[in-house]
Amino acid sequence: MQYGTSTLTLTKADLADLLFDKVGLNKREAKDMVEAFFDEIRSSLADGDAVKLSGFGNFQLRDKPQRPGRNPKTGEEIPISARRVVTFHASQKLKGMVEDHYAKHSQRHSQQ
Amino acid sequence: MTKSELIAKLTARYPQLVAKDAELAVKTILDAMAKSLSQGQRIEIRGFGSFDLNYRPPRMGRNPKSGTKVEVPEKFVPHFKAGKELRERVDVNA
Repeated sequence: MQYGTSTLTLTKADLADLLFDKVGLNKREAKDMVEAFFDEIRSSLADGDAVKLSGFGNFQLRDKPQRPGRNPKTGEEIPISARRVVTFHASQKLKGMVEDHYAKHSQRHSQQ
Repeated sequence: MTKSELIAKLTARYPQLVAKDAELAVKTILDAMAKSLSQGQRIEIRGFGSFDLNYRPPRMGRNPKSGTKVEVPEKFVPHFKAGKELRERVDVNA
């Protein structure tokens, strides 16, 4: 099943359409709620607090030390500065959903 | 922050909505994201990031208990790439 107008990519507009259809928010509220959903996650991560969404996955923070890098064009050595990055770990449930869907489809292909 | 804390924050942010609406909204969004991704549809959220599937080719693995070799079939695994705004806001060193 595909949602909204874009079929290959799920976007904020598609999610807002769903909140309109399934939750009964009006268009304005639906758009704001989707924006607020990602904004709250972003703010939590910006404050250094990991986000755990059971059944979906966890967004964690990793502090990476400075390491040597290289400009691939010139070959010049430039240090890559220490930084904090976000990592996402899909839940077992989400990984399972991805694998199940793929397994069904590859079976169908091999039967043809 | 957990899912229930996220729901509480959204409920506080929209006092005009019924409390159950924020909960249903969070569940609806997460279900749709999980469903899309599992069906191979990528997710792109401007300012937040994108979710894709990465291919893992089949490989010979080993049962860590018995030591016997087993073939691990090819599969797809979810992958998240943080968007520019999220990356910049999170990086305390920048």
